[in-house]
Amino acid sequence: MKAGIVSWGAYIPKYRIRTEDIAATWGDDPARIVDIYLVYEKSVEGYDEDAVTIATEAARRALRRGAVDPKRIGAVYSGTESKPYAVKPISSILIDALGLANNVFAVDMEFACKAASDGIVAIAGLVESGRVEYGLAVGTDTSQGEPGEHLDYSASSGGVAYVIGRDGVAAEFETIYTYNSDTPDFWRREGSPYPMHGEGFTGEPAYFRHVVGAAKGLMERHGYKVSDFAYAVFHQPNGRFPMRAASMLGFPPDKVKPGIVVTHIGNTYNASALMGLARVLEQAKPGDKILLVTFGSGAGSNAFVLNVTDAVLERQKADVPKVDEMIADKIYIDYAMYLKNRKMVKLFE
Amino acid sequence: MEHESVPLYWRNIPSYYRLAARRCRKCGEVYYPPVVKCPRCGSSELEDFQLPHEGELVEFTVLRSVPTDYMKQKPLVIGLVKLGPVKVLGQIVDAAPEKLKAGQRMEVVFRRVVVDGKYGLVMYGYKFRPRP
Ligand SMILES: [Zn+2]
Repeated sequence: MKAGIVSWGAYIPKYRIRTEDIAATWGDDPARIVDIYLVYEKSVEGYDEDAVTIATEAARRALRRGAVDPKRIGAVYSGTESKPYAVKPISSILIDALGLANNVFAVDMEFACKAASDGIVAIAGLVESGRVEYGLAVGTDTSQGEPGEHLDYSASSGGVAYVIGRDGVAAEFETIYTYNSDTPDFWRREGSPYPMHGEGFTGEPAYFRHVVGAAKGLMERHGYKVSDFAYAVFHQPNGRFPMRAASMLGFPPDKVKPGIVVTHIGNTYNASALMGLARVLEQAKPGDKILLVTFGSGAGSNAFVLNVTDAVLERQKADVPKVDEMIADKIYIDYAMYLKNRKMVKLFE
Repeated sequence: MEHESVPLYWRNIPSYYRLAARRCRKCGEVYYPPVVKCPRCGSSELEDFQLPHEGELVEFTVLRSVPTDYMKQKPLVIGLVKLGPVKVLGQIVDAAPEKLKAGQRMEVVFRRVVVDGKYGLVMYGYKFRPRP
């Protein structure tokens, strides 16, 4: 039997900043900025939150939703580009924060926003080979952009965690396909506080080439049609890119919109497409097929076909906050508080 | 401010991270923070006991003069939360103090507690916030 998603958990920090407040600080026209990115507000971590604490909350919820015994987790892989330590893995801290056994494979993975989905691919392999019973794939970020620069309008904070296994699967991985290349669309050198991106270079040669390349490659190789899918979920650096990728692939908007969360929480990087997937799983029906396409700059995409099973109904009933509830549960902050929470003012701490 | 040493923090990780308490096998009393000998009956036979991650706010106070480690987090809200058989003291976050009420449901969250400067260890642990 194939591996699949047994359970999932998501975490969105409570704080939000409105796009118009960022625009007002930097002298941009708020209406124009909202129109460019289709991001109305974005999530901001609390002063005492980071990629480790966000990962912990998401993972605790994933374990709780599926009533999974933490001692049965055989691998924990965290995808992130905002590790609090340059050297010391988030996954190591998760072992004790979650009460996992010490006989657990643990590593952090990096491929911009795509790494968490590579964690899913790796764990699905470990599960299907029989080396582990369950694995935990985590996507967590407190991603930053240079204040006043494009990314300041979208880079946000959030996390997701997926328990992968063969027992109690709520969404089976039917097929996985990948498309990667060397594309210098976005990078951050060691010691640099903010990433750089190739101006005007992030769209066609990066996002669209890889997202559409992975989706098309998967559909052609395995003979899928758009009509096979109930939902399509794409990486979402802004509100416009996933809609355009969908239209390039021939997906109607109503199959894509349920998986779009960037408009109200911003781009949570490694949790971006996977947060959209969590929202879709919270409303999907048994028998639904979902196309999931992640993207990471550098650049590459992983495409997955998920088959929703009867077990999804049980998971949907669990007493765990839903993505929509977290989107609605918010505290607005101003730009000064935003800079403080994100440690973008120089402090001795 | 003088931080807890790295070895001491490391030894306390199960109790700081996931509220691992100890229960006396003889008289059943639960202790958090964990103890090695039961102060009630004197037995040294204690077992691990996992506190629940949800409870009820018993009382709280707002500190406006705070230790240097918490200077950037003023005002500091400290509360006593009943978690199963014990009451646990901890910081309350993500809530304006004027909106807190004794008796309300609280959840345990995992947060940064002390950060040892720019290059030192980030020490994590439990805090509380109102359950959404
Ligand atoms: Zn005793």
